[in-house]
Amino acid sequence: MKVHIDPGRCQGHGRCYTLAPGLFGEDEEGYGQVVGDGVVPPGEEQAARLAVANCPELAIELQEEA
Amino acid sequence: MTVDDRFTRDHRDTRGELPLGTRNEIVVGPVSDWAEDFSHLEPEWAADPYPIQDDLRRRCPIAHTGRFGGGWLPTRYEDVAAIAYDTERFSSRSIIMSNYRPPLELAPIGATPPISSDPPFHHDARKLLLPAFTKSAVAKREAATRAFCHALVDGFEGQPVVDAARDYAQHIPMRVIADMLGFPPEDGPRFREFVENALEGVNLPPEERLARMESLFDYLYAQIRDHVENPRDDLTTYLIDAELYGRKLDPAHVAGTIALLLIAGIDTTWSAIGASLWHLAKTPADRERLVAEPELLPTAMEEFLRAYAPVTMARLVKEDMHWRGVDMKADDWVLLSFPAANRDPEQFERAGEVVIDREVNRHVAFGLGIHRCVGSHLARMELRVALEVWLERVPAFTLDDPGAVTWSPGQVRGPRTLPLRIG
Repeated sequence: MKVHIDPGRCQGHGRCYTLAPGLFGEDEEGYGQVVGDGVVPPGEEQAARLAVANCPELAIELQEEA
Repeated sequence: MTVDDRFTRDHRDTRGELPLGTRNEIVVGPVSDWAEDFSHLEPEWAADPYPIQDDLRRRCPIAHTGRFGGGWLPTRYEDVAAIAYDTERFSSRSIIMSNYRPPLELAPIGATPPISSDPPFHHDARKLLLPAFTKSAVAKREAATRAFCHALVDGFEGQPVVDAARDYAQHIPMRVIADMLGFPPEDGPRFREFVENALEGVNLPPEERLARMESLFDYLYAQIRDHVENPRDDLTTYLIDAELYGRKLDPAHVAGTIALLLIAGIDTTWSAIGASLWHLAKTPADRERLVAEPELLPTAMEEFLRAYAPVTMARLVKEDMHWRGVDMKADDWVLLSFPAANRDPEQFERAGEVVIDREVNRHVAFGLGIHRCVGSHLARMELRVALEVWLERVPAFTLDDPGAVTWSPGQVRGPRTLPLRIG
């Protein structure tokens, strides 16, 4: 499982880095950033789904690996 | 080094350079039909706008009014979102629906950048502010905010009934924004006047409205001049020194942005804190659960923001057009109701209920798109700390007299009188 932020959609609401601080961070203007390569470590799947489901801009994509 | 004399001229002198805007006849009084004659300034709306919005969403999802020179009120989430994203056809030249439309030449900057700005200027003006309002930047103010909340509760000593709107909620954002701007904290009562004039004084006679706006800007220019003479580490000095396109900002930009931060920073958060406490006072099960499970507060807080979103914005239609079934005319207002969008059953399950453990909550209390509330992280910090301190110090409270609660009319709605029995 991997998370990706569409920078064209993100407006810096910060729901992702509040709900899943292990997966997302903020840049110096408050826009969301994926931590590392975006691969969701075991145990963080629920946090990743919460972040996706709460982004008002629908800016986060979750790629489920086959 | 040259002396910064941008703010020495009387700010009224610069007004003559702009063409006048347009005024329309002011219409007040009871609404005949909300679908054709809506007004968010009337007492019925202030008291409880949700049944009106729900009714409109079902029978006339883009309502119209002839008041304010003509305007529209979409109540579906999808329409509100579409307008928020469509900065090509909807301008932010004025974001308070009133009886005055500023001249077209004011775009794309507007009177209070960046909220009143359109692309491409908007992006650059907003970029100046963003670093001061990130989640980590505002976290530095949390300890002082918490101490201030405790001091307010200390002041309740010996009183069985307190007005949570007047004696608690309003003071928190006033103090925080005064600190950020470097304004005297004792000027709180003046800030309240400025806020009420800007947002609730929409239907006042034009001369009076103008005079009240002038008094706000007189105050701001005095504060700015004081900062020019005595620079300090705050947002006012930051904006005085800030540069855009290789030069310092126009004085009207500096003053307009400060006006925005002062006005938008206060009654919005005041309203959110008040509405949350009002809900908890009348809903013992939710109050008891939050006292027992304080870790649920961040989730519950988002639900309060959804259900009682304080802020509605406005846009101006740029050109005549047929839009989703209605004929919009150039310079018609659009009231962009985030509260109505947040209660659309097409978007939210149990939309009309307050579900404090709602986990999926894609609400739009802070707007959508490029104008997302620049102070949203600050507002969330203040709201969370205000509720944490209140619930810790005053775990048991009820509405003293439900009939005595009053709500502000207009585009920022929240309790203005909120007597709570705490003893």
